[in-house]
Amino acid sequence: MDITTELAGNTLIVRLSGDLDIATVSAFREKVIPESEEAEVEVLLLNLSKVSFIDSTGIGAILGRYRFLEKKGGKLVLVGLKAPVKRIMKMSGILEIMPEYSSEKKALNDIAEGRIA
Amino acid sequence: MKNHAHISMLSRSNNVGLARLAAATFASELDFTLNELEEIKVAVSEAVTNCIIHAYPLEEGVIEIDLEIAEDQLIIVVEDKGVGINDLEAVLQPNYSSKEEHMGLGLAFIDSFMDRFELNSEPGKGTIVKMYKTPEKLKKRQEGNVLN
Repeated sequence: MDITTELAGNTLIVRLSGDLDIATVSAFREKVIPESEEAEVEVLLLNLSKVSFIDSTGIGAILGRYRFLEKKGGKLVLVGLKAPVKRIMKMSGILEIMPEYSSEKKALNDIAEGRIA
Repeated sequence: MKNHAHISMLSRSNNVGLARLAAATFASELDFTLNELEEIKVAVSEAVTNCIIHAYPLEEGVIEIDLEIAEDQLIIVVEDKGVGINDLEAVLQPNYSSKEEHMGLGLAFIDSFMDRFELNSEPGKGTIVKMYKTPEKLKKRQEGNVLN
């Protein structure tokens, strides 16, 4: 799994590429946990447009970040879910608690204007 | 139609991708849609992940995967010789999880994505998950034949 990050104001953008499962979840945690726990980070934007497979292990890791951010009043936003990934996430119920956008631009606009729920 | 394949592998996380791709490739011999093949990949990923996390928590063990096509039905058996499950009923409860961040979704996904599954386990001896799936297209055709 390839993971790149970028800090844009109070938003940590994390771009993932590959499968998010038990084989890659440690890399996700090692990179994303410390960076998302930096004081200035209020929103975590997860760009999954290059993720073609996710299972309950991957969903669990995303949920872990959601819970952390929620506790400190932050948000987690999902971007670019491919159809199979979206289906699994929908079934897990995760899309009922996290907003989902088709592009980073749209998500960042809503974040900047304070429009995310 | 009849076919059979067997994979024996170590309980390493890196092997999960191999297991699900092999299962989906094998299953594609039947008339499954892409969505159904994705569902099979998730179910296998969950079953093999369970072996890695729960069956062999301390040391590596062997996971045996049997793939079978019999009478237009796909049958996948994932077996380990790990610690086994003490309370099968509890494990089958929705949202059951013994580990943080796992949500208890694994078996729920297997249940949703396969037609049915059987879970057998003996503490100290191991666990067997047997999953069945028939392509929806074939089910409809079979139903049509019955109605006609």
